[in-house]
Amino acid sequence: MSNTIKLQDLTTQVRRDILRMVHKVNSGHPGGSLGCAEFFVALYQEIMKRKDHFSMDGIGEDLFFLSNGHISPVYYSVLARSGYFPVDELNTFRLIDSRLQGHPTTHEGLPGIRIASGSLGQGMSVAIGAAEAKKLNGDAHLIYSLHGDGELQEGQNWEAIMYASAKKVDNLISTIDLNGKQIDGATDDVLPMGSIKAKFEAFGWIVITIKEGNNIDAILKGMTEAKSQTGKGQPVCVLLETEMGNGVDFMMHTHAWHGKAPNDEQLEIALSQNAETLGDY
Amino acid sequence: MKTYENTGNKDTRSGFGAGLTELGKTNENVVALCADLIGSLKMDEFKANHPERFFQVGIAEANMIGIAAGITIGGKIPFTGTFANFSTGRVYDQIRQSVAYSGKNVKICASHAGITLGEDGATHQILEDIGLMKMLPGMTVINTCDYNQTKAATLAIAEHNGPVYLRFGRPKVANFTPVDHNFQIGKAVQLTEGTDVTIVATGHLVWEALEASKTLNEQGISAEVINIHTIKPLDDEAILKSVGKTGCVITAEEHNYLGGLGESVSRVLVKNNPVPQEFVATNDTFGESGTPAQLMDKYGLNAKAIVEASKKVISRK
Repeated sequence: MSNTIKLQDLTTQVRRDILRMVHKVNSGHPGGSLGCAEFFVALYQEIMKRKDHFSMDGIGEDLFFLSNGHISPVYYSVLARSGYFPVDELNTFRLIDSRLQGHPTTHEGLPGIRIASGSLGQGMSVAIGAAEAKKLNGDAHLIYSLHGDGELQEGQNWEAIMYASAKKVDNLISTIDLNGKQIDGATDDVLPMGSIKAKFEAFGWIVITIKEGNNIDAILKGMTEAKSQTGKGQPVCVLLETEMGNGVDFMMHTHAWHGKAPNDEQLEIALSQNAETLGDY
Repeated sequence: MKTYENTGNKDTRSGFGAGLTELGKTNENVVALCADLIGSLKMDEFKANHPERFFQVGIAEANMIGIAAGITIGGKIPFTGTFANFSTGRVYDQIRQSVAYSGKNVKICASHAGITLGEDGATHQILEDIGLMKMLPGMTVINTCDYNQTKAATLAIAEHNGPVYLRFGRPKVANFTPVDHNFQIGKAVQLTEGTDVTIVATGHLVWEALEASKTLNEQGISAEVINIHTIKPLDDEAILKSVGKTGCVITAEEHNYLGGLGESVSRVLVKNNPVPQEFVATNDTFGESGTPAQLMDKYGLNAKAIVEASKKVISRK
């Protein structure tokens, strides 16, 4: 089995996990989670240099920070299927006494999580801090972060974007999930942001665009290129063009599934479009 | 009655600066971040000694708090420095999510707290920060009274694993606590012994409480002054022990009576030993421009106000 097929099978299974998790508790955010499934699989399976055993300080390994914490379903699924905690625990998503809170947190001690996120716009600053710690520690590993495009409306991002280039934080790769949608509609309708690429470039970042953000090979190629651009005195931004709700036909091309769970019938249809590959939890 | 000597007026912020300078030499994990107020926070020396461990973030406090949270991942101990107003209200959600909820070992060091910031006026004089910060689960809240105590507290919080809010001020005030004393987080310091009234004071009001106790003593009233430098966790035991003897209490702080030290003390009393209490604090108001002394007088935050409150609370016993 080729590596791409292996990663695609995992992605399909991750989609099933996402759908089943949000369906069970009739809440959560499937749209952005589905749109970023390929990215998370590529990141955790191929791109990041990770240690098997989780430690908060993450010395000697690459680290990832999720800023748009509402896409916790894809994060939890990929963390579990990358060995951070038992896959069965996905059953507890959003339930009382669970480590899998609605939005990711360190508070319940879930391995793989290094910061709470959900209140938007804070993750890039945290990622910069972790990147500065790497430099102080003489640790050549990289920091990755993911942010929603709508999330860029939060002003703190621009403080962070300004800082990262001014202070040459060149061990940081921040990816923007460019799906063009947010809760209230298209980002261009809610608050048009113009060219995000031009903005990052104007702030002194190296920008790499992945046009096919739901294609594993395209992601691997783009992220490999991003890695090659680190260490050059500038932070690196990846613009990942994704389709919200990817892999479930009726969840695509709309913002309607940003924060809505499928009902029984909708779940059945959605799962039928994503046949079980590695086994459901 | 035990008396205290003012060894010379000094600003508490310089105590912080001196503590940070010492930490720079003794603890290589300590890093410092500042939002364009290096001189005001007295961080110059740390910056000069350890440029690689100093982060000037510009006028971007939200980003500063986030970077501080992130830099703990890898074992660093960040001390952030800006005015109290910009250290708390401006960045409350960043502190709440990225620091407190995430359990990060960040030391939020806040100068120019309270009304004694003076002439800049109410935009910069925060009187709500103790309340904001003590409400956050897991947050330790410290308000020091003089230069020596601020330096000692700065050293102590580096040894404490968890988020801390360290509050101090701008004006030069009496310096009377011992040089290089062992600062114990959460442990009240009893300054004088008395039998008629307990005065629980924090920050700049501690010296005022000592001055008040002298006046009261001359008038035949025996006051027990307690320096509560740690508002959270509060030393319930020390307060209850004292009021068990005196039967009434004054709380004194440079802060709104809503949400401050006084309310924390009230909670302890009402659950254990409900005795009369009077509040020396601002009365749900913003500040204004003026000299620190003028403002302390106008807003009832000095020895005179403590004397009056003491007589009132004793009459309620």
